[in-house]
Order: sequence, then C-alpha cells, then structure tokens
Amino acid sequence: MAELTYRDALRTTLIEEMDRDRAVVLMGEDIGLYQGTFRVTADLLDRYGPTRVMDTPISELGFIGAAIGMAMLGLRPVVEVMTWNFALLALDQIVNNAAKVRYFSGGQVDVPLVIRGPNGAGVQLSAQHSQSLEALFGHVPGLQVVAPATPAEAKGLLRTAIRGSNPVIFLENAALYGMKGEVPDGDFALPFGLAEVARQGDDATIVAYSRMLHVALTAADRLAAEGIRAEVVNLRSLRPLDMETVVASVRRTHRAVVVQEQWRPFGAAAEIAASIYEHAFDDLDAPVERVTGADVPMPYARNLELLAVPHEEDIVRAVKQTLYKR
Amino acid sequence: MADVIMPKMGDAMTEGKVLTWRKQVGDPVKTGEPIAEIETDKVNVDIEAEDSGTLLEIVVPAGQSAAVGARIAVIGAPGAKTERPAAAPPASAARPAAHAQAPPPPAPRAAQTAPADAARVKASPLARRLAEEHGLDLARIPGSGPEGRITKEDVESALAARPAASIAPGAAPGDGGPEYTDETPSRMRTTIARRMVESKQQVPHFYITAEVAMDEALRARQQLNAARDDGRKVTVNDLIVRAVALSLRRFPNLNGAYVDGKIRRFRRINIALAIALPDGLIAPVLRDCDRKPVAQISDETKALAERARAGHLRPQDYEGGTFTISNLGMFDFVESFIAIVNPPHAGILAVGAAQMRPVVRGGQLTAATVMKVTISADHRVTDGAEAAQFIGEVKRMLENPFLLFAPDAA
Repeated sequence: MAELTYRDALRTTLIEEMDRDRAVVLMGEDIGLYQGTFRVTADLLDRYGPTRVMDTPISELGFIGAAIGMAMLGLRPVVEVMTWNFALLALDQIVNNAAKVRYFSGGQVDVPLVIRGPNGAGVQLSAQHSQSLEALFGHVPGLQVVAPATPAEAKGLLRTAIRGSNPVIFLENAALYGMKGEVPDGDFALPFGLAEVARQGDDATIVAYSRMLHVALTAADRLAAEGIRAEVVNLRSLRPLDMETVVASVRRTHRAVVVQEQWRPFGAAAEIAASIYEHAFDDLDAPVERVTGADVPMPYARNLELLAVPHEEDIVRAVKQTLYKR
Repeated sequence: MADVIMPKMGDAMTEGKVLTWRKQVGDPVKTGEPIAEIETDKVNVDIEAEDSGTLLEIVVPAGQSAAVGARIAVIGAPGAKTERPAAAPPASAARPAAHAQAPPPPAPRAAQTAPADAARVKASPLARRLAEEHGLDLARIPGSGPEGRITKEDVESALAARPAASIAPGAAPGDGGPEYTDETPSRMRTTIARRMVESKQQVPHFYITAEVAMDEALRARQQLNAARDDGRKVTVNDLIVRAVALSLRRFPNLNGAYVDGKIRRFRRINIALAIALPDGLIAPVLRDCDRKPVAQISDETKALAERARAGHLRPQDYEGGTFTISNLGMFDFVESFIAIVNPPHAGILAVGAAQMRPVVRGGQLTAATVMKVTISADHRVTDGAEAAQFIGEVKRMLENPFLLFAPDAA
C-alpha cells in the first residue's frame, strides 16, 4: 500500500504496464514535451522515447483513427484526450470503427484501445469543455465505459483496461487528479462490471460514480447525523453495469436515489432507475429519485456553475423524499 | 369477445370482492392464467381466464364487490371495442340465489371510467406486496405519502393496529369527542356473524362435558414421534381428530344434519377443523378421517392449516364437512369452553388444554394430565344419552390410544 494521488496512480500504472508490455504505447496532444495538460504523463517521454510516447497534432479524428489501426495490428495504444469534449471530433472513429471492428470481422480482429482523459465539470471550463458524456458512450454496444472515483480505482481499472481486448472509454475527472488515497501495490487490478458498496446502510440506497461518489458519501454523513442510514453504491463501471449489486441493495433499503453530474434527460441515472424498476419493482416503497446536473449548457460564472452541478444537499433532499420526510 | 364473470365459489356465496387485478387493461391473457384475485365469504381465490386474448376492460376495479355472475372484465381481440348496450346480466347469473342481487345494468362507459380511476388505491409497490402478504385491504389503510400514497410504514402501522384495535392506554377520550368508532367488518367477519346468529337462533343446543385422561395418549404420541425417521411430528390434535372420526362411525346421528324436516346422515366422515385467522376463523375439512392413519391426518392438517393462514384455501377445502372440532388447547390456561354448532353439522367438539391435575385413582390421590372436551349438539338430531355415549367413546379411544392405530380392534 502506498498513498498516491489519483494522477500518480494513473501515471504509475502507465509506467508499470509500459515496462511489462512493449506493445503499450501512448498518444495524445501535449503528452510528451509538455508532460501532459494534467501531468498524468509527466516524464514519460524521457523514459520511453518518441516511438512509445507520441505527441500528436491537434486532430482527434486522425490520431484516434490511427490508434484504432495500431490496436487492430497488435499494439495496445493508450490515447489521452485533453478532455472528453474533444473526443466528440473523433466520434465517428470511436462509434463506427472502434466499437464495430470485432463485430464486422466476425471476431477475428480485436481493438485493445484505451481512450482516457477528464470528463465532467467543476473547474470553470465553460459550456464546451465541462460536459459529462458518459451516457453518449454508454449507449454504444462494443464500448466499455468506466469511471474511477479514487486513486485505487484509477490504478485498478486502468490496468484492466490496458490488458483487455476491447475499446475502453476511461473517464477521469479533473477535480479528482489531486485527490490522495491508499493504492494497493503490484499487479492490483479491478474487474469491470463490479460495483462496490462504499458505505453500508439500511434506509436508502444512493447510486453514484466518479466525483459524485464523494458528494454522495458526504450526503450520507449528513443524513447519518439525522439518524438516516444511507447505503452508497459506487458503480465504478457503467458498461458493463453491475445492476446485481444495486438491486440487492435496493431490495434491502426499498428506496433508491441515483446521482449523475450530467444533464437529466436520457442520462445514466435514467438507465439505472429503469433497471431498478425492472428488477425490484415490488421492493420499492417510493419512486426512484434522480439527482442530476441542470439541463443547461454549463455556465462559466463560478456562482452559476456551482448551481448547475449536484451538491450534497440535493442528495440529502432526494433521500428524504424517498423516505417521505421533509 | 368474452365476459369475465364473478364466479360462484361455494353455495353460500352471493357476491365477491375483487382484491387485485393480476392483469391490466391491454395485457395479453391466456386461457387458464390467473387474472384477478377475489375475496369470497371465506377465502381469497384466483380467477383464471377462460379465454385467450387481450384484457380489454376492467369493469369492477380492485377493492370493489360484484354479485355472482356479474361481468367484472372483458377479454377479446386487441383493440376491439367493448361498448355494448346496457343489458341484463349474463345468463350464468340467472340462478335464483344470485338473481335477487343481480348487478345493476352497466352504466355507459364514459361515466364508468372516472370513478374506476378514482377508486384506484395509490400505494407503493412494496406496500402493495406487504398488504397482500398480510391479507390487509389497502382501501382501508390511510396513506401518508404524496397524494395519499400508502407506504410501507402505513401498512406496518395498520398491521400493528390490527389485533382487536386495542384501546389506547392513558387519558380517557375528552368530553365532546366520539364515544366509539364504527368499522365495516371484513367479509369473513360478516359471514361468521350471520352464520353464528343463525345457529344460535335455529339450532337447539345442548352441551356435555367429559374429562379425558391424556397420559397414555401423550406417551403414545411421544413414542410415535421418536420412532419416526422422517422428522415429522404428530400432534395431540391429530390423535383427537382420529378418535372423533372413529367414534362417529358408531354414532351416525352425530355425523348428520337436520335438513328440511329430515335427518340426514352423511356417508363419509369429514372433520372440519376450526383455524384462527387474524380477522376471523375458518374450518377447512379433512376428508375420510376414519379411513386415514394418524400420520396422514397429521400431514394433511398441517398443509390445510398453512393454506388457510395464507388465505389460499379453495372452496373444496372448506366444503363438505360433517362434524367440527374446535381446539383451544394451545392456550394452556383454557380448561374448557363451549362452542356454537357450525351449521348444518349436528355437533361440534370443544377441546381444552391438557393440564396436570390431582385425581383420585383406586382411592389414592395422584397427579394426571387431563383434558376437558365439551360437545355442543343439535337436539333435533340427537339426545343427551346418545351424545354422552359418543363422548364416552372418544374418551375410551384417547385413553387407550392403541385403538387409534388399530381401529379394527376397537
């Protein structure tokens, strides 16, 4: 065990995997000379040289397409997008090629590709660069979508992503890069599709992932002070989605609140809530509540940005709503 | 297009209440599939679809009652129109008994939809499930959630309040407030009320109590249970059922009824066993108890009691009894009690607890386990001397329990 930041957990894992397997190569804008916009790749150009750590032109469509080709031919590229908003430029490559090559080839060709970078809002990057795009990618068969919430999860999920044979949408969070936490040493890996009960409780289930996990845990603390014991389920991965853990929790608590940072319509929370209704309808004592970001382009002004993302009081209110309390 | 009608489950049934619809309007249904649960005078039963198609219309919403033979839903081809002229109830309602309470002609459809929606009880799915499990009527539970939605907590408070609506301790209700509450009894309670009044008014009861020494029977039971390798246990009640059944063979008047000026003697010995339920009691029937070994009586009694408590008895489970046993022996302080004859039976045996008592045997004072049994009998069918002999036979059987296992020796 060592205490690492979320950023260093990612960087350490990249180093370990590059040392282990020469097929692992890095690509992205400003990841080499500049050491990475969020310094996840600091010093890696010096360590591995320009054939394994490649600074790319500002052309997401081009370099993600190139990475798909490299993956098809046996390399294991890990591509950094400066934020996930820029990946929209490469949506055709991701949705129409990365997600479909194995299907089109009748299983003959894998695409062991990881695309990673920060997703979400909270650091005043305004409307175009503060989006949470997990629902977009989670919608597409052929992609895997994970969202680590802690340094340990950053390490464990990144290792599984790099060693797997599928294209992985690896959603980091800019507000979490500096977060510290205990990280297991060595070959520690976390399987996809396995949620974690981050806090136990009997009165209501809060489902969250990525940064919202920490907001949910704070909310659970505040609820505990009022005698309400909320259970918090940390999804870790959205596709595959571990509904078994969620449903088992809801069967005990009879109430569910699903939290997401993104806009409400057609979001991850809607998918999760619908699955809860499908699998635990007769166990529910109240409608599933959703806590989501405001349905607006993200404001730049700090005060308005704060109003547009979920906070613990929103979750506290939603949990009380499911308990018919005010 | 086919009507789903309120079925007649048992001769005494004139109307039934729809508890829940298992299918909603628009759902496909198959012949034989349960589509609704109804509450009759005695039990809750599933109605099965007699046709395949789509459930087009629910005429009687959950929580409402309808006369036997009344149309409660319509099954037909998807999208078919269910409107029809106000008509006489379907032919199957034309039995005289049901006719008296034939349903009013169906109102035009538009007028019917609104009250049907208004009558829908809002409850959380969990509350719905809990209420069903405990046999509570959602329509009678006040809801504390938004728009009166019934929640788990509401069902739990209703459950807690259920046993006999106990009087709150503490201060007496203040002056000016109501002095009592009036509650509409359950259908089962209503049936019990009607039948017991009938019995007490029309059946001339007489009563005979006898004391039975139970030491031998208890020992036999213990030995039998210790010897069985299947882990199942015979109860004292199973022995009593067997003793009563064998005794009834010798006293056919007690296994009879006074019906329309005639003495009816039943050819089978079917013992009805009174089983307490949260809001009443029911007496499911064990058939041919004189021809079944004790172990079989025991197994069947357990299964019947379980079904009765779950509210899942079928009409054939509680019809056709010829004699009733009511056993309060589980209350060890009940020495004896007197039961009301369960019409049309000629007799009912009330069984008290087996209690340790000082008794005199051969001029010596000694301790023994004794149990008091009291028969209530219909004087139109039998007399004191005969009933005394019958109860003497029950006593002889229980005091010589090997007779219960070798009836030919009796």
